[in-house]
Amino acid sequence: MDLVTPDVGLLFWTFCSFAILYFLLKKFAWKPILGSVNDREDSIREALLAAENAKKEMENLKSDNEKILKEAKIERENMLKDAREIKTKLISDAENQAKEQASKLIESAQLAIQNEKNSAMNELKQTVVELSVGIAEKVISSELEDKNKQLKVVENMLNDASLNN
Amino acid sequence: MKNLLFLVFFFSFSVSFSSSSETDSKDFNVTDMIMHHIKDSHEFHILDWNGKGVSIPLPIILWTDNGLVTFSSSEFHHDDEGTEVVTKKGLSFVKFHEEIYYASSESNSSGQFLSLDKNSYPTNLKPLDFSITKLVFSMFLSMILLVLIFGISAKNYSKSSKGVPSGIAKFTEPLILFIRDEVAIPNIGEKNYKKYMPYLLTLFFFIWINNLMGLIPFFPFSANLTGNIAFTAVLAVITFGITTLAGTKDYWKHIFWMPGLPVPMKLFLAPIEFLGIFIKPISLMIRLFANISAGHIIVLSLISLIFIAETVWIAPLSVGFTVFISLIEILVVAIQAYIFTMLSALYIGSAMEEHEH
Repeated sequence: MDLVTPDVGLLFWTFCSFAILYFLLKKFAWKPILGSVNDREDSIREALLAAENAKKEMENLKSDNEKILKEAKIERENMLKDAREIKTKLISDAENQAKEQASKLIESAQLAIQNEKNSAMNELKQTVVELSVGIAEKVISSELEDKNKQLKVVENMLNDASLNN
Repeated sequence: MKNLLFLVFFFSFSVSFSSSSETDSKDFNVTDMIMHHIKDSHEFHILDWNGKGVSIPLPIILWTDNGLVTFSSSEFHHDDEGTEVVTKKGLSFVKFHEEIYYASSESNSSGQFLSLDKNSYPTNLKPLDFSITKLVFSMFLSMILLVLIFGISAKNYSKSSKGVPSGIAKFTEPLILFIRDEVAIPNIGEKNYKKYMPYLLTLFFFIWINNLMGLIPFFPFSANLTGNIAFTAVLAVITFGITTLAGTKDYWKHIFWMPGLPVPMKLFLAPIEFLGIFIKPISLMIRLFANISAGHIIVLSLISLIFIAETVWIAPLSVGFTVFISLIEILVVAIQAYIFTMLSALYIGSAMEEHEH
């Protein structure tokens, strides 16, 4: 029976001890410990959230990057195409120009040749005229040496002139 | 594991010492020995040496008809049969079976200053005994230990950066979080649990550390505090008080006028529910008291087998079983502390529950 009869003294001391312990531990242990645990959990939650956001941002950035990359690729292709076109155009232009120039050169050369030819012909004509006048002079002078012959010529000429009338 | 074995051996020796003096004079009485060990005492018995008890005297504090009286328990000279009278403030006291009585003016036939009834129970009056007994001493020790352990834990937090625990807090934090996440939040609810966390934590660690200290079989531990009904009664009453104060209108309505039932059923349930208010804390009180006392009794009984059989050859068996039971007890004391806390939280939670119907 002793075992299940509570002692007044022990009841009293237990109550006092528990009350004191409660307030001591509450103030010096549970509050700081639970407080810092809570703070830590909050900060972990925030950090996780921030990481999630960062991940999303990264994804956005990635897609942006891809877009930019794609655009850059297209641009490069365009630029290459343009360059190729320009190249071919340049080459063809140069060719055309060269051809033109060449044909001009040829033309002027032909012209010069023509001119040279003409002047040479003229000179030749001149020379031929002079030669023929000289020959004619010599022939005439030899012809007119004889009086008969002179008369014959005049006669022929006169005959011709009368026929013409 | 090694330490535990050592403790058990130590324990068995201490028991043998204390019983040797008794076997000299009379037959070894197992019940007396066990009862002596699990009950409170006014001095802290450490061991017996050459048939003489070595113990630490503890202060005796009495509230008597003449006011407060204090003296050392050593003034009784280890007497526990009411033969040694201590006179203070004009009053004389005797100690009989660890209770202090006002002494009778004359001794009886066996030299006791007491008048015993036919069940050999003293009829003398008793002063109110507020002595610092073995159990109270043990309780103060546990308080110091708890304040040290958790004070240092709390310091570990402020020192380290970003609330990451270091040192002893690495060990205590999981326990605290266990109480929060497995006991407080599921039973009381996310909304209200914070208010009761300090109580539940203090309760759990106070019971647990005293349970554990009771398992350690040498000075300054070995006191059977949590196996004392006064201790468990106080804790149960505090839980009862908190439950009653926390009770919502809904809670009282569910006790006295259960909604959603026919009137005869309501009348039938009301007294049962009303008794339930008191039975819950009483069950708390008895569960802890009985479990811890039973553990102590089993260990002591197993050790006593050696003295009952009066042969040393039973010692290996006895010690082996004691080791086994002690290991189980380590588990049991933690579970009992958990159950007490858990049920306290459950009762508080049910008193605050909001019913939806």
